[in-house]
Amino acid sequence: MKILVCISHVPDTTSKINFTDGDTKFDTNGVQFVINPNDEFGLTRAMWFKEKQGAQVTVVNVGGPETEPTLRKALAIGADAAIRVNTEAKDGFQVAKELANVVKDGGFDLVIAGRESIDYNGAMVPGMLAALTNANFVTNCISLEIEGTTVTAIREIDGGKETVTTSLPLVIGGQKGLVEESDLRIPNMRGIMMARKKPLSIVEPTNAPAETNSIKFEKPEPKGAVTLVDADNLDELINLLHNEAKAI
Amino acid sequence: MSVLVYTESEQGKFKKTAFEVASYAKAIADQMETTVTAITVNAGDVSELGNYGVDKVLNVSNGDLDKFNANAYASAIAQAAKKEDAKVVVVSASADSKYLAPILAISLDAGYASNVVEAPSSISPFTVKRTAFTNKAFNMTTINTDIKVVGVSQNSYGLVESSGNASSEDFSPSLPSIGVNVQSVDKAKDKVTIADAEIVVSAGRGLKGPENWGMIEELAEVLGAATACSKPVSDLGWRPHGEHVGQTGKPVASNLYIAIGISGAIQHLAGINASKIKVVINTDPEAPFFKAADYGVVGDAFVVVPALIEKLKAFKAQNA
Repeated sequence: MKILVCISHVPDTTSKINFTDGDTKFDTNGVQFVINPNDEFGLTRAMWFKEKQGAQVTVVNVGGPETEPTLRKALAIGADAAIRVNTEAKDGFQVAKELANVVKDGGFDLVIAGRESIDYNGAMVPGMLAALTNANFVTNCISLEIEGTTVTAIREIDGGKETVTTSLPLVIGGQKGLVEESDLRIPNMRGIMMARKKPLSIVEPTNAPAETNSIKFEKPEPKGAVTLVDADNLDELINLLHNEAKAI
Repeated sequence: MSVLVYTESEQGKFKKTAFEVASYAKAIADQMETTVTAITVNAGDVSELGNYGVDKVLNVSNGDLDKFNANAYASAIAQAAKKEDAKVVVVSASADSKYLAPILAISLDAGYASNVVEAPSSISPFTVKRTAFTNKAFNMTTINTDIKVVGVSQNSYGLVESSGNASSEDFSPSLPSIGVNVQSVDKAKDKVTIADAEIVVSAGRGLKGPENWGMIEELAEVLGAATACSKPVSDLGWRPHGEHVGQTGKPVASNLYIAIGISGAIQHLAGINASKIKVVINTDPEAPFFKAADYGVVGDAFVVVPALIEKLKAFKAQNA
């Protein structure tokens, strides 16, 4: 089985979010980039398929050279090879188009992406990629088992979960649950050394056009100070929630 | 030409989010000087949609669609969009709608913007405001394609009533092979889901152990709220994973979010800060959550929560 794991290169959760160039660009100054958390669960599940079922695992990212450390980290965790599509990621559609090209060229049976990235949270790429490559698609996936071409997956739904069966080729929108947080791997020294020798190929883009454009960013209004209510005066809390916040 | 909106129902009843996306579609239709057509799947009485600006309803009734399937639903909506010559298709931010929307966008060659929080600021170019960086910023985005798909964030636009009657007709789209088959659904009955809840009561490690969740459930029951928990609590197995809210868990966009014994790690706040009003109950006055809260009580949850339950019961009895 050939698995492609899509890796988004995203600002660490604790990063300060600021913008430059008249609020049109994300300010990367001082920002630490990481593997998108939802993708990391998928990568770790892919490593399980590699170790137990002999799958080959390739990681891919659409982005400039600055994203390579994130791909190297995925290699250090254990992926066999990496691909970087050499173009700036503009929107979900453009990224999905470029990835579809990689999937077709590489003949991948299974694509594991995160259900969404933590920067744009669009939840667009996995579904668009599935549609563009005529693959089956399961998102919000919290369990994935594959025997031959038969797939059993569990996906989270509003208020519960459902078990589905499907077949390869398949695109997964993964999240926590695919593996547990405690199963995530921190690259060790040997992994980091080996990652330097693993292939990281740079693929030129097909120059798929974006369908949406980011015009400008805004930050939310600063939050007012909290109104503290004394623990002995909960009637006041109820009064505030009812009359001021109109929330109960 | 019209604006098409997919109005979701469950067991024949519309979800609240259906009325929100209908209201949103009406706002776009007014700007474009056109009408709103809704598509429903196995819904019961559709006349309510007229109260939220829908002019016409396409009813799909098909037993094969009793279980949700993203491909089949996306195909039905795409066929409705073509039939109505819709230039804008509006969907919600439910798990199902977020599942089908990217597939729908590809089949219509439409650009898609998700997590949209306001009516378009302009129709030409079509410009919407969406959240980015897990609610830490907004992004103004234009959609450049002829047909646009807009995913509206839950509880962002609200319900806007308008007087009108929706005409109704049957619609029988042809269904594609589905590829993904639902074998079983495990869903708590008669329990408010985090996605649909107006109020969410959430608790963290401050509760000390799973045996102490009785008061959380009771507080939720008094308020008609859903229960949720922080990540450590689900990692420890005190509560099911489906209750975990935060960056790697479920997102919350309720009207009221009550956090009990949760310190407010940045990953937790990222998942819940779309909620409108936040109340924090914590023994530690330095807990970072107080900085993100609207109302706070510094105190022991084991004292404050039971007292709050009693007072809320009295309040509910008085205001019933």
